[in-house]
Amino acid sequence: MKGEMKELKFTVNGKPYELKVKPETLLVDLLRQELKLTGTKVGCLDSACGACTVNIDGKAVRSCSVLALQANGHEVTTIEGVADGDELHPIQQAMIDHGAIECGFCTPGMVMSARALLAESPDPTREEVKEAIQGNLCADAGYVKYIEAIEIAAKEIRGGK
Amino acid sequence: MLAAFEYFAPKTVEEALSLLSKYKDKAKMIAGGQSMLVVMKQRLLTPEYLIDIKGLTALDYIKYDEKQGLRIGALTIHRAIEKSPDIQKHFGVLSEMEGNLATIQTRNWGTIGGNLCHSDPAGDPATVFIVLKARFKLASSGKERIIEAEDFSTDYLEADLKPNEMLIEIQVPNPPPHTGTAYEKLMVMKGDMGVVGAAVSITLDSKGGCQDARIALSNAASIPLRAKKAEKVLIGKTINDGLLTEAGEVAATEADPPNDVHGSAEYRREMVKVFVKRVARLALEKAKAAR
Repeated sequence: MKGEMKELKFTVNGKPYELKVKPETLLVDLLRQELKLTGTKVGCLDSACGACTVNIDGKAVRSCSVLALQANGHEVTTIEGVADGDELHPIQQAMIDHGAIECGFCTPGMVMSARALLAESPDPTREEVKEAIQGNLCADAGYVKYIEAIEIAAKEIRGGK
Repeated sequence: MLAAFEYFAPKTVEEALSLLSKYKDKAKMIAGGQSMLVVMKQRLLTPEYLIDIKGLTALDYIKYDEKQGLRIGALTIHRAIEKSPDIQKHFGVLSEMEGNLATIQTRNWGTIGGNLCHSDPAGDPATVFIVLKARFKLASSGKERIIEAEDFSTDYLEADLKPNEMLIEIQVPNPPPHTGTAYEKLMVMKGDMGVVGAAVSITLDSKGGCQDARIALSNAASIPLRAKKAEKVLIGKTINDGLLTEAGEVAATEADPPNDVHGSAEYRREMVKVFVKRVARLALEKAKAAR
């Protein structure tokens, strides 16, 4: 039947969920409205701005462009799941220390894109960093600070090497 | 945001095909949804039944064989094609094309089959597959058929897929010796949809003449367009700059480009000239370097 709720089993930030979901629900709406994880931002809802970027199985994906039910069986990480308790992730810390955050709206998406990059490529070239956040628009055009902060974080994660 | 639909997530290709033959044109298949959700949000597409095939891992593969060539499962994500060592080594043009296809986020979830079935003339993969002489394997319950890549798109966002059919596999033959293939598109920013794009494949004979050429254009007509007259300008000749210019000019007469906010039809025709010449020169250089 149209609109019939379907079961969704997945994990968000390490926590398992079993929910009934309307099929037309976008992943970003489920995260923000049902799970109250509002750190993930909604910018364009049109796959253009990258503000809603989350990690699915460690990869950067736009949560406005995925049906919630398509996350079935997958591991989703949002900005709320990035820090280790009270200790910020090195990417978050570097962005603060380096002054990369201006209005902050694009920051969660930037962090999630950077996190996926550094998981795949711990010592990225500048081109790789640029490519990783190419799909994350910053209305303040603060890209240079973000790029530098990601490089600082990468070095930190590598143990200063 | 999206209109309501009934949702199915079949576990096997057979199950997916049987749902498709049951609901036919009231149903739509969704793979990564990177294009389809956009048109569903705009309510240009409001399927009654949505068959989600993203989880069909049986169609997520890249297989390379020295004799058979390349086979890509329809549900392989763009990023896997971009990063595949086999593709980088033997079909470098595909990896290069993928590197400029939208953003990493899109490439991490969007599939090659979904892209092709969306049949957007601005899509990048279709033109490259046309010049690589690829074939697409389509399936319906109990049946399969093979179609040439160049025959797949029939009109803007329309493909030669029957209501009970789905794309299963892309088959790319190994190119003959001394073949070079290239693709470029006009982008304002890296990853943009191309204002126009050109894919060119050139095969040289033992004397360095052009034995075979294929040219295809993206976003220059209502379908990914093979520019056959432009190909004839090059085939059988020793390619020089004058011939490349002529091929571009002929391709521009074959194009029937859209007139929209990204560029006027007139501008696109001019850019077809530039890109066919530029990409053909690249393909020629690659062909000269190829064994």
